[in-house]
Amino acid sequence: MSTTPKNPAAGRDIVLPQDPARLAVAAKGRLRASKWLLLRRVSQALALVLFLTGPLLGVWIMRGTLASSEILGVVPFTDPLVFVQSLAAGHGLIATAWIGAALLVALYVVFGGRAFCSWVCPVNVLTDGAHRLRVRLGIKQGLQISRSARLWALAAVVAVSALAGSIAWEVVNPVTLLHRELVFGVVFTGSLAWMLIGGVVLFDIFAANRGWCGHLCPVGAAYGLIGTASLTRVSARARDACDQCMACYHVCPEPHVINPALKGGEGETPVILSRDCTNCGRCIDICHRDVFAFTHRFDHRTVEPANDTEPKSRPAAPAAAE
Amino acid sequence: MTTRKGTGQGGPSRRAMLTGTAKAVGVAAVFGLGLHTIVAGQATVKAAQALRPPGALADERDFLAACTRCGLCVRACPYDTLKLAGVADEAPIGTPFFTARDVPCEMCEDIPCVVACPTGALDHGLTDITKADMGVAVLIDRTTCLNMLGLRCDVCYRVCPLIDEAITLDMRPNTRTGVHAIFEPTVHPDACTGCGKCEKACVLPEAAAIKVLPREVALGSSAEHYRLGWEEKRKHGEALIQDTIDLPDRGYSPDHVESTPSGGLKGFKP
Ligand code: SF4
Ligand code: SF4
Ligand code: SF4
Ligand code: SF4
Repeated sequence: MSTTPKNPAAGRDIVLPQDPARLAVAAKGRLRASKWLLLRRVSQALALVLFLTGPLLGVWIMRGTLASSEILGVVPFTDPLVFVQSLAAGHGLIATAWIGAALLVALYVVFGGRAFCSWVCPVNVLTDGAHRLRVRLGIKQGLQISRSARLWALAAVVAVSALAGSIAWEVVNPVTLLHRELVFGVVFTGSLAWMLIGGVVLFDIFAANRGWCGHLCPVGAAYGLIGTASLTRVSARARDACDQCMACYHVCPEPHVINPALKGGEGETPVILSRDCTNCGRCIDICHRDVFAFTHRFDHRTVEPANDTEPKSRPAAPAAAE
Repeated sequence: MTTRKGTGQGGPSRRAMLTGTAKAVGVAAVFGLGLHTIVAGQATVKAAQALRPPGALADERDFLAACTRCGLCVRACPYDTLKLAGVADEAPIGTPFFTARDVPCEMCEDIPCVVACPTGALDHGLTDITKADMGVAVLIDRTTCLNMLGLRCDVCYRVCPLIDEAITLDMRPNTRTGVHAIFEPTVHPDACTGCGKCEKACVLPEAAAIKVLPREVALGSSAEHYRLGWEEKRKHGEALIQDTIDLPDRGYSPDHVESTPSGGLKGFKP
């Protein structure tokens, strides 16, 4: 799966830039080097603001929470994982919920399953922050958790729903807990919610790199499964221009997804097809040679490097270390 | 997550994979057990205490299987009756409930909360709010209720949307004065919707003397193994056993006092 570094010994000498955005900022300016990140933060803020205009200003755009909601009192949404848990618990659900779940699945098939994670989920803002802090504090050690742990967690969540006959994950789900706390303004009554969310953040800072969102969260895993068919995908279309600066591996929340696309040989697609990719677009921002771009999953074209520069002969680095 | 060492000859990586899987199953099982404990604990401990919105599936387990804790019912309620439970509240976290003493259910004719529910946790079959069953009011403190003290407060009775059906004032002698009556607020569980307007209106300073409780908490199970003679007689049209010998009652002359149909004493005037 991973390409062997051309010069394994050299790997150790590479000092990842303290600020992985340095080269990109130099090449294209701070704004363009954070374009998708900013858009993402706007989108995540909207996922709260649109729910809050109602209670605060009386202008109802979205009602409900991320578990089930309603746009303008017409279009229903139901979180697919909550939906599946309810079915597993033995409730048939009425048409609204079926339509709502189908709409969300369709939406995320188009925009990328885990686009939920990077564009909507409020926990993501916190875990991104936790990651930054971890890097800043220089914490290297951590639990080694399998990336597939979240699938097991997902299976356990559905199994417990079936056993307990109740939508199990909603009792502790940090995603909807946080969203509900914020949207329903019960911020100071739900100490458990804050303990859980604080726990997730501390876990990510001190215990495991990208521990929650990258390895454990069953909600992310469920959206990941939807993402198996995502239409919108990132392509390393200009991969020939890559000079091995490693910035993309450094910022990607799921760095293992980059390798097959970026290091793929002739005839292998440059599209990042892994369901784990969150379509956050941070690699697009951070790449100072504009290797990456959003496209659709069937676009297997590669493009020649935009400018004449040859790939710099930096020593190749080892494949993304976690 | 293939480790560099593991990618070697197939053998070790296969073993690594198997132990990895075993570990994952183990951890997932532990996680599942923990989750199950929390879920089951919340459902059983808290179920009995909460008043749910109209139409909520009667069995708490069914309700928790259906309710996504989205709060659309809460948003739909024009009186801000409903709330989503926080950790300290009496309902499992995130589920809708109401506290009758704070804001009771106003029994909206169009039942917007039920209409808004996207999952069927609130049964859309409920279209007549008078058939709702959020709980049953119980005159829980007969020592502080003003009517029970012989005063004429009557407030709980007056505010009931189903006055004279769900709640009546049943009159009986005030044995303290000997000349007055006590008008006992009496709830009829078949008609009471559990809206809690009585509890809200009760004039006592803090806790109300009349409270809405979930039906399972409020009511005993009916004595189905008993035949009620008067019911049997009514169904039958006459006494089941005929020709019993009616012995004269000593010292009792029925000319002065007659029974009223409701069983009260006719000669008695409050
Ligand atoms: S992995 Fe879970 S917590 Fe993280 S962003 Fe995705 S849904 Fe949110
Ligand atoms: S019937 Fe009306 S007042 Fe009662 S809970 Fe529903 S919306 Fe609120
Ligand atoms: S609208 Fe239905 S699913 Fe949503 S919180 Fe209320 S009862 Fe639960
Ligand atoms: S709860 Fe009280 S006010 Fe509401 S229906 Fe029952 S007796 Fe009447």
